[in-house]
Amino acid sequence: MDFALSEFNVFHHCRKYGLSTFQCPHFLFLLMGAVIIISILMFYAVGSRYIADPLLVAFVTLLLAGVLLAIAFIITDSFQRLAENARLKTEFVSIVSHQLRSPLSNMKWGLEILLSGRVGNVEKGEAEYLQILKENSSRMHELVNDLLVASRIEEGRLAFQKQEFSLKELVQSVVVSFRPWMTASNMKLKVEEDGKVSNVTADPVMLRQVLQNLLDNAIRYGKSGVGLRYQKKGNKVRFEVEDDGVGIPKGDQKFIFERFFRSANARRHQTEGSGLGLYIAKNMIEKSGGSIGFASEENKGSTFWFSIPIT
Amino acid sequence: MKTILVVEDEGALQKALGDVLSQEGFEVIAALDGELGLQLAQDKKPNLILLDLILPKRNGLDVLEALKKNSSTKDIPVIVLTNLEDMKNIQRAVDLGATTYLVKANYSIEEVLQKVKETIG
Repeated sequence: MDFALSEFNVFHHCRKYGLSTFQCPHFLFLLMGAVIIISILMFYAVGSRYIADPLLVAFVTLLLAGVLLAIAFIITDSFQRLAENARLKTEFVSIVSHQLRSPLSNMKWGLEILLSGRVGNVEKGEAEYLQILKENSSRMHELVNDLLVASRIEEGRLAFQKQEFSLKELVQSVVVSFRPWMTASNMKLKVEEDGKVSNVTADPVMLRQVLQNLLDNAIRYGKSGVGLRYQKKGNKVRFEVEDDGVGIPKGDQKFIFERFFRSANARRHQTEGSGLGLYIAKNMIEKSGGSIGFASEENKGSTFWFSIPIT
Repeated sequence: MKTILVVEDEGALQKALGDVLSQEGFEVIAALDGELGLQLAQDKKPNLILLDLILPKRNGLDVLEALKKNSSTKDIPVIVLTNLEDMKNIQRAVDLGATTYLVKANYSIEEVLQKVKETIG
């Protein structure tokens, strides 16, 4: 009985699709049905007054009803197909997320256990190759994450969770995570902090991802050093990430925030990357009420900046 | 000796968690599907449950709801261990009474072990 009743519950179907009421095909069908009924009654009332032949009135009324019903069906059927496609796509992303991540998690934990020595000693040569496997499974994991975030951006499902946190601690933890790579690349990372900024209210996960994406690019394309600075400006904080690397050719600059775009000189330098980092950073910043931009000159370097509200 | 029930359908993860937790002195009970997990929780009354969400026979959120409705299992802490990270699932798990929600892909096995020790000592 409950199942039968829920099938007639229009709002139950709307929730299933995650749509607002006026985008929901079931609600639209009911609304158009009401409009059709009212139109037919009004036409019949007016028609009866001005047309002598009642059969003619009835015939035209029925014809009008048929036409309006056909239009209503076409419109709501189209909305239903769009809603169903969107729902399937969301479900697909969710399933792919789990299916791709499961073997990656298996590999990650298996390699961690081997490298930890918990199940036996590992020779130096073996450890080197195990470390290579672990790093590459991390790369695949990051790529899957980037693809999922990009998919959520396209569907308008990017969600932010604002909370209060120490900006200085967050920036320091990001910097610390990059130090091994900087050392291995023989590069220097200089950080200029604004002493006036203490706790802020923003989404720390989003901010961490944006900083990581920009620093990642700066290190990949930089030569000897990267600079990171941030400063409070009113109720916002402005960050700048500067490198002294290959820069972005003028002709490529307008495409730099697009998905999967990699400029010609980046490909020449054979650097790795999914091509999604700046696309994700731009969308995250703008959807959280901030702004992002850059200045760049080929063979001189680039400075990427972004500004976010912190209250 | 404290007991941990691991409800996880991936054999490789069962092995990884089983080996690491056993080495740390825990007794580990394994369940490869939701129905068995619920049954073992009721029979064995473990000190902690590690619960995946996408499981055969009965999904993890259903199992969590059943655990929290049963007076004999409602006080057992549950750490959800899954690769689903959408807010809908996280909020539902928290609302149903999960102690912690960990996305497997974002944690090392040592970090998961740390969370286990923080929960039951």
